[in-house]
Amino acid sequence: MSAAVTAPSVPKKKDRGGPWLSLLAWVVGILFVLPVLWMVLTSFHSEQDAATNPPSVFAPLTLDGYREFFSGGASPWPPLLNSLTASVLSTALVLLLCFPAAYALSIKPVRKWTDVLFFFLSTKMLPIVAGLLPLYLFAQQAGLLDNIWLLIVFYTSMNLPIAVWMMRSFLSEVPVEMLEAASVDGAGLSRTLRSVIAPVVMPGIAATALICFIFSWNELLFARVLTATVAETAPVFLTSFVTSQGLFLAQLCAAAFVVSLPVLVAGFAAQDKLVQGLSLGSVK
Amino acid sequence: MTSVAEQTTSPAEAKQQPSRSARGIAWARRAPLMPALVFMIIVTQLPFVATLVISFMNWNAYYPEEIGFAGFDNFKRVFTDINMRDAVLTTIWLTAGVVIISLLLGLGIALLLDRKFRGRGAVRTMMIAPFLVVPVAAALLWKHALYNPEYGLFNGAITGVWRLFGSDHPPQPDWISNMPLWAVIFALVWQWTPFMMLILLAGLQGRPLDVIEAARIDGANSWQIFRSMTLPHLRQYLELGALLGSIYIVQNFDAVFTITSGGLGTANLPYTIYQIFYQAHDYGRASAAAVIVVLGTIIIATFALRTVSSLFKQEANR
Repeated sequence: MSAAVTAPSVPKKKDRGGPWLSLLAWVVGILFVLPVLWMVLTSFHSEQDAATNPPSVFAPLTLDGYREFFSGGASPWPPLLNSLTASVLSTALVLLLCFPAAYALSIKPVRKWTDVLFFFLSTKMLPIVAGLLPLYLFAQQAGLLDNIWLLIVFYTSMNLPIAVWMMRSFLSEVPVEMLEAASVDGAGLSRTLRSVIAPVVMPGIAATALICFIFSWNELLFARVLTATVAETAPVFLTSFVTSQGLFLAQLCAAAFVVSLPVLVAGFAAQDKLVQGLSLGSVK
Repeated sequence: MTSVAEQTTSPAEAKQQPSRSARGIAWARRAPLMPALVFMIIVTQLPFVATLVISFMNWNAYYPEEIGFAGFDNFKRVFTDINMRDAVLTTIWLTAGVVIISLLLGLGIALLLDRKFRGRGAVRTMMIAPFLVVPVAAALLWKHALYNPEYGLFNGAITGVWRLFGSDHPPQPDWISNMPLWAVIFALVWQWTPFMMLILLAGLQGRPLDVIEAARIDGANSWQIFRSMTLPHLRQYLELGALLGSIYIVQNFDAVFTITSGGLGTANLPYTIYQIFYQAHDYGRASAAAVIVVLGTIIIATFALRTVSSLFKQEANR
């Protein structure tokens, strides 16, 4: 699915409201993107220009906000690196676990495979706060508080159900004839996986990876409770950034933009993958 | 699908191990599933068992010498706590408000974007942007750059418009204090409308266009086509959007924590439990609250899962 591929061009008989509806679409689109643009614009203003009323839209641009963010107080690099580590490693772990599981739920399904699938989804419905306390106490006992690996394991469990659902949905698209042909040719499991299944589901793997990366990068509650100074992630850094420094709007906007940048880039680059992922693979 | 499940082993496998028993085959099928399943049970189910145990204990980190069995005391305290009742209501309002408003807005925008017009791709890209801002960053942005009564964009824009008409006394409402819950809801609607829009747009583009064209030729007007053809087709996508949206927004912590810090009647269940646990350090009570929330969730989820499973059967029958 992609925006470019649209309906076969059936000649429309009449489209009276056409131009107005197009204009409305543009207005709505601009309204929705406006806060983001405002954040970016403010981040390039000086603190004085950022805090005026009415807003100084055409104030001179400066990099002071970014300079202050990167070298003013506590360095944002360790939290950014922690976020990157936690997101990338947990995503890799999710892919490693979800692919064989999805295989056993679609191509060679175990008995009662629907029950298993719904078990995975039901864990997403459990309020995460319900598991927070025991995990915290366990981490405290095991000396794992403020350890990035604890977050990696938790993020893996947070994203695994979504990934299993998505992967299963993609794997069930693999044509059975191709699998039979491969087995007639005497291809083993690993070869079948590599040369028959993987090419068909590569887009699915990309969509799964994108979603898992975004959700791990965004997570706040667990990171806030389970980390302190060493393993602090970027979203936690953002919240402490405001309370510790008072309010500097331009600097805050610069910080918010920098932290959002990886997600913005990844999401814009793979818009159609985003839809597939968010709908657990049911929209293709 | 059952026919696939009961299929015997493929020739290649049979050649490798001719004497494998049926049980062995079943285990071979299960093997790839096991790592993920075991991992999920350990990380998500065991902690819940621990929560259940702690919920019957008297355990406050500030009074470590008083740890012991408490019976149903924690549950009694949770049920008689007005804050908890408020939190339940707030959670319902917040979730229902965000899901319904963003679903309706998303539907309208999806219909607008389903037409062909100049710059459609650009508008779609602009629409997605809010969803791609990190939730904490979005909440901070709304709180400080938009809602702030002194230099936020909303009041700034009001001042600008009023000046345009020569007025020196523009209204400068304090948005968050005046309507705290709506302030949180609007910020979340802004983030979630793109999500709903994307799912519904994908649904719209999967419509059978020939049937619609036939109806148009037969003289059906746009509203009739929408009511009796588009809407029924979109139903499963609306349900999917509502379900997934609810799963995520019921759990919302970031916006409540950042915009109002749970003050002014905006503390939802996740935030309230976080407070009991992280600030009051009353582990027993926090666990009892969590157990009750889980039980409530199971009841609601049973209905929700029925929705998904009906979607699912359609897919399986395809």
